[in-house]
Amino acid sequence: MDGYGIRIENMRKRYGAGDTAVDALKEVNMTVAPGEVVGLIGPSGSGKTTLLKCLGAVIEPTAGRMTLGDEVIYDDGWKIDDLKALRRDRIGFVFQAPYLIPFLDVTDNIALLPMLAGQPNAASRRRATELLEALDVGHRARAQPSELSGGEQQRVAIARALANQPPVILADEPTAPLDSERALAVIRILNRMARQYNTAVIVVTHDEKIIPTFKRIYHIRDGVTHEEAGEGREV
Amino acid sequence: MISLAGRDILHSWGKFVFTGVGLGLLIGATLTMAGVYRGMVDDAKVLLSNSGADIWVVQKDTLGPYAEPSSLRDDVYRSLRGMPGVARAANVTYLTMQVKQGGEKENASDVRVMVVGFEPGQPGEPGYLVAGRRITRSHYEAVADVRTGFSLGERIRIRRQDYTVVGLTRRMVSSGGDPMVFIPLKDAQEAQFLKDNDAIVNERARTAANPALNRPGVPGLLEAIQASQTTSRSVNAVLVQVQDGQSHEAVAEPIRRWKHLQAYTRAQMEEILVAKLIATSAKQIGMFLAILAVVSAAIVAFIIYTMTLGKIREIAVLKLIGTRSRTIAGMILQQALGLGFIGFVVGKISAALWAPFFPKYVLLEPGDALRGFIAVMIICTIASTLAIRAALKVDPATAIGG
Repeated sequence: MDGYGIRIENMRKRYGAGDTAVDALKEVNMTVAPGEVVGLIGPSGSGKTTLLKCLGAVIEPTAGRMTLGDEVIYDDGWKIDDLKALRRDRIGFVFQAPYLIPFLDVTDNIALLPMLAGQPNAASRRRATELLEALDVGHRARAQPSELSGGEQQRVAIARALANQPPVILADEPTAPLDSERALAVIRILNRMARQYNTAVIVVTHDEKIIPTFKRIYHIRDGVTHEEAGEGREV
Repeated sequence: MISLAGRDILHSWGKFVFTGVGLGLLIGATLTMAGVYRGMVDDAKVLLSNSGADIWVVQKDTLGPYAEPSSLRDDVYRSLRGMPGVARAANVTYLTMQVKQGGEKENASDVRVMVVGFEPGQPGEPGYLVAGRRITRSHYEAVADVRTGFSLGERIRIRRQDYTVVGLTRRMVSSGGDPMVFIPLKDAQEAQFLKDNDAIVNERARTAANPALNRPGVPGLLEAIQASQTTSRSVNAVLVQVQDGQSHEAVAEPIRRWKHLQAYTRAQMEEILVAKLIATSAKQIGMFLAILAVVSAAIVAFIIYTMTLGKIREIAVLKLIGTRSRTIAGMILQQALGLGFIGFVVGKISAALWAPFFPKYVLLEPGDALRGFIAVMIICTIASTLAIRAALKVDPATAIGG
């Protein structure tokens, strides 16, 4: 595929200072193309969560460069002004648990993001309906999150992540609470959505069931990433 | 944009409504306390209006007849009628006492009343009746306020005499909120000033033993003295009505100067009743209102804070997906205001429902309700700051990494 959805070069993150300083990320290099789904795996304490927080513009890296599409987000201590708007408009999040807003129905859980970005309500709801149809949960559009099954909730969470058509989606253990069949279904959906909406998807996971489905995998150990080819098993 | 606060309230309406009802009862108690104060002020004003007087003439150097005891000779009114600018003047007596309601029945109960002695057709008589007729006989008839619980034809025992209730009136209460019973002036004087039989016998014996008062060769002297000792020649006040076009103060001033009496105009009497007589009660109620306001604020703060803590994960997600801080703060503020609104509506309805059952008059004024509503909204706004602070401190990173 041409270009890249997200590119990280020499990213480092240090917590604290002096003798107590901890280097959570020492050398991170990643490139994910639009429409591609890559896995990010590593043992506990390897820096996965810190990396995800840096990629998600929740914490700032100490050094390195991150580019999202054509836009530079971080560059050795420099950062763009509005990280909140960046998270809202250009990064999609899928969490281990769906974390849907319990007091909004399924449609409004998705439509909330375009609305926050200033889109009109009607257009936002149209977009939500379109995504729900694409994810085969269109019939649950008016349901409350508590009325959905675990798999349905996760699909709605994916739809929410896609709501503002972000160039990148960060999925944090999205299959952890699901059985094999549902876990593979989620990966299938992520692959389909990545291709359909030309979105780069990074899946952080420990889940042995889904690791063989990635064509490319980034291993992270002691804050350093290593790229490997995956099995790319069809799902 | 969706109203997040509105959706949350609709989603968990039961929690909001029940919490709002609890808060509303507290607000209802607060509004009622304000109503009690207003009722006291109104009672005082009604007392003055119903007396029909423009000037109250009382014993010198007293704040009588409502705030302090006052005693005047009952012929003072005659000389007052001759003063310039005076249209009418009449004696009145006021005596607060316990009377039995229910006669000799087993379930008879004590009622605290203010017995008013008045002269029919003169200032001091009850302004209007809601049942029965006015007093037409010279003795042993009474007109009672409906709050006494007496009904027409019932008999009231006052000191040594029984009085038949021939008329009922309304909103005739003392400054202390005790309902009034009106009886003829002569009867009231007797009830208030006449000594009991033993005291009279002792007084007569003491007088008879005094050689200066029981002189041999002066027939009739002892009897005359003894008769004067048992007559009731005192009243508590003289109510004066001023001629049209006359300044009340201009009429009161010569009375103070030449009659060696105290004369209060309507404004001065209102000052005595409102500013002096119920000042301590007003302060007491003010303290109570302040405490209730603090308690209400603490409750709203605690409820909104607890609700916010229960939504920490959702707030973290909202912040992570780029929701502005002011949107989150607005959601919490709107919920606090929503809770306050529910509480105020419940409180207003509760206060209106239970006010008639209070023993004293509770006056719920629209102005107080408006001020109460504004106070509730301000309290809710202040109370929500704690929860807003907690929400704004939530790290969006907590949504990532479990």
